[in-house]
Amino acid sequence: MSATAHAHIEDHADDHGHHHKETFVTKYIFSQDHKMISKQYLITGLIMGFIGIAMSLMFRMQLAWPGQSFPIFEALLGDWAPNGVMDADIYLALVTIHGTIMVFFVLTAGLSGTFSNLLIPLQIGARDMASGFLNMVSYWLFFLSSVIMICSLFVEAGPASAGWTIYPPLSALPMAQSGSGMGMTLWLVSMAIFIASSLLGSLNYIVTVINLRTKGMSMTRLPLTIWAFFITAIIGVVSFPVLLSAALLLIMDRSFGTSFFLSDIFIQGEVLHYQGGSPVLYEHLFWFLGHPEVYIVLLPALGITSEVMSTNARKPIFGYRAMIASIIAIAFLSTIVWGHHMFISGMNPFLGSVFTFTTLLIAIPSAVKAFNYITTLWKGNLQLNPAMLFSIGLVSTFITGGLTGIILGDSTLDINVHDTYFVVAHFHLVMGISALYGLFAGVYHWFPKMFEGKMMNKNLGYVHFWITAICAYGVFFPMHFVGMAGVPRRYYENTAFPMFDELTDVQVLMTVFALIAGLAQLVFLGNFIYSMFYGKKGPLNPWKSNTLEWTAPQEHIHGNWPGAIPHVHRWAYDYSKTDVDGEYIIPGQDFIPQSTPLHDNEEEENH
Amino acid sequence: MTTLLILAVLVLVAIAIWQMTKIFELSQIKAVDSQIANDTDNKYNGYLLFAFLVFIYGITIFSFWKYSKMLLPEAASAHGAEYDNLMLVSMAIIFFVQTITQALLHYFGYKYRGEEGKKALFYADNDRLEFIWTIIPVVVLAGLILWGLYTWTNIMDINDEDDPIVVELYAQQFNWTARYAGADNVLGGANVRMIDIDKANILGLDESDSYAMDDIIVKELHLPVGRKVNFKMRSQDVLHSAYMPHFRAQMNCVPGMTTQFSFTPTITTADMRNDADVMAKVERTNKIRAKKAAAGVENSDPWEFDYILLCNKICGKSHYNMQMKIIVEEEEEYNKWLAEQQTFSQSMVSVQ
Repeated sequence: MSATAHAHIEDHADDHGHHHKETFVTKYIFSQDHKMISKQYLITGLIMGFIGIAMSLMFRMQLAWPGQSFPIFEALLGDWAPNGVMDADIYLALVTIHGTIMVFFVLTAGLSGTFSNLLIPLQIGARDMASGFLNMVSYWLFFLSSVIMICSLFVEAGPASAGWTIYPPLSALPMAQSGSGMGMTLWLVSMAIFIASSLLGSLNYIVTVINLRTKGMSMTRLPLTIWAFFITAIIGVVSFPVLLSAALLLIMDRSFGTSFFLSDIFIQGEVLHYQGGSPVLYEHLFWFLGHPEVYIVLLPALGITSEVMSTNARKPIFGYRAMIASIIAIAFLSTIVWGHHMFISGMNPFLGSVFTFTTLLIAIPSAVKAFNYITTLWKGNLQLNPAMLFSIGLVSTFITGGLTGIILGDSTLDINVHDTYFVVAHFHLVMGISALYGLFAGVYHWFPKMFEGKMMNKNLGYVHFWITAICAYGVFFPMHFVGMAGVPRRYYENTAFPMFDELTDVQVLMTVFALIAGLAQLVFLGNFIYSMFYGKKGPLNPWKSNTLEWTAPQEHIHGNWPGAIPHVHRWAYDYSKTDVDGEYIIPGQDFIPQSTPLHDNEEEENH
Repeated sequence: MTTLLILAVLVLVAIAIWQMTKIFELSQIKAVDSQIANDTDNKYNGYLLFAFLVFIYGITIFSFWKYSKMLLPEAASAHGAEYDNLMLVSMAIIFFVQTITQALLHYFGYKYRGEEGKKALFYADNDRLEFIWTIIPVVVLAGLILWGLYTWTNIMDINDEDDPIVVELYAQQFNWTARYAGADNVLGGANVRMIDIDKANILGLDESDSYAMDDIIVKELHLPVGRKVNFKMRSQDVLHSAYMPHFRAQMNCVPGMTTQFSFTPTITTADMRNDADVMAKVERTNKIRAKKAAAGVENSDPWEFDYILLCNKICGKSHYNMQMKIIVEEEEEYNKWLAEQQTFSQSMVSVQ
């Protein structure tokens, strides 16, 4: 299999002189080129991200100033904000769609879709993905599901509003909640298409990594980015189909009268016919994907961080093999911890014990990763580019958010903080902010690769990072205290409980930080758009990196390299490597690209 | 006015960003038009990383100083004390690790900021180091896991020892109902299919079940102090969660099945109202409420502390206001209150 693939690619290299005639449509719209598809993913993801973040700012305003009238609510929400006061139903809808968009559309497709597509072929030395056509279909299914999700916002009864986890019966019964009508149907359709897109993409990534590596690129010479994308794709393939089954069964319950998740329901004065189903079954199915999903979001960000940090520290990543082992261990454990979302769901408490055990185990590979990142910085020559700062920021929020996981993963301690703001603070830091930092690090670092050598403005990058970093902690650190005071999440306002009155001040503080953070993202947006058109071209290898993508020409050509594909002779992390005399192996240059053959009497790092 | 303020803030932020960019630009001595970090960038951002460490510590100290008094008061249940201990120890470990790792991360970022010509150390591996930081989390986590599982098993072991009273918590959009098992201390059978609004059988009790006849259905939860309570949770429509934060107790209510939780209240409502922390909290809260009342905001009467049962699983539009008062009192008071309540058979009769 591998041999034929190679042969095919060598053939392709020879006749590279002729170019396929590209029309506007084949180049920019129905493109099968992985570089163009990655840009399509990124830009779609960023637009969705913009919508998702704007939603969060609106409900944060409602939380800080409950029941107050804002002209912006009236302008954006229309009838759902009579006289500018946000309605309780639309509050839940905003929370729901914010979660859905950020988790799936931004951090799964926008992050993993973008960088898997861009980097897998370029870093392993392949002409393109294994199947360019499937890759194109994958993007367009993603686009379609985005469009349907956006359309659901304009349904008369309102979009889905049962929380991003859409637990039935709330999500199954239109009489339980106005958002559980047409809005929920569109949500389910959109997600079903999204899952198809994700599966096509993942299968393509797996096949490409296994089959299309260039000569010399053994698995243990792969950059950690590729390892992360590869393992992410595998857990996606294992767990996304289970979500599809949950969605299909829910569609059946909603539309065809089955009772998979429903039983014994009396609502609005009448008994419904459902019998024998269990909402707990839905919870199991949902979290069988839902938990691995956290790592589907996070692992690519960690992979990007490994690469960016090593390059900018001018040092090899510390413990390369341990990093790979951690990625695999995290991926494996992530599929057997889902029950920690369900300690108090009514499932057997003994199961809770098992899930506590597996959940706390996952802290071990995570700790190894964090320590390895810190050691990578030690005695480095840190080039503090914006991408590097975001990577350091990622490690910081990953630690802060990860540590509170020790509280939540403990079934006992979970009892009283379950579904409070403590959980919200925890997962926003550990997977939301961390993964976003990974996305930003990736964009700043590989922008020149995406946009033919153009570079983003670094000073705007610094402004973006520092405001974001301060505001992220400003929002989510105090939020832990709100949770430990017992405030439940998904409350439209907390004024019904006098015991929460004094916490309104904290809500105001968090909202102010959130609004400033939102503004800082406009700096990024401006920088991104400006640089895309008017950015100054930098050198071919601006960050002096070892990986193969920087040997490809800046101009995007079909097939990535004009001549033969470079061969690989070493791992990706020979930064600042010296010979016995303490001189760099290549005089005057602190990095040795992977395509450079081993020098005489140079020892290969056996990692 | 508000619009004007917002506009002013926006303009100021824009100016701040513009000025910051300018400062960064002016700080480029060589004025090379490159978007790659140079020594000056490394220097300033290195310093900023150190400042950021100070910020992280600062916001931690600030939050503890300002907000830790707002947290829940001492646990009011027997298992709650154990819960609080475990929480305290876990938190201590977390903050210890947090303080050290953030310091290392940001200090290294500052200390090893890049300079032209500096040589980084080629340091790719160290088995002993990696062994150390694998084994330390293993040991610490093993301790936490064992302690946590031991506590969890105790809390979740719901049995009939120590003569518990049996109470059903019944959830519906958007209110709670409690049902006491009555003199026989056995809850009568029930199912939503037997709900009969006309006969005031709102919980769907089995009218032919003799155990159901002495059940007592109320809208306020009274519990005797020091007596174990076995809760049985039911829901008639969607998922709800019975959350009693002061007792460190929570369990979801699932339509189609009965879930359970058990605890022993240890502090009466009256005693809790005299707790120093609670009194301080009530005083602070009533100051805020007085201000609101003066501004004409509704529902701003002075507050008196009460235990509370909240819904903590999204259940629809009024999820945010689904609550029931819990009163913990001496056994005699409890018995007296219970005797005043109507039994199911009485309430049925009164309708007919």
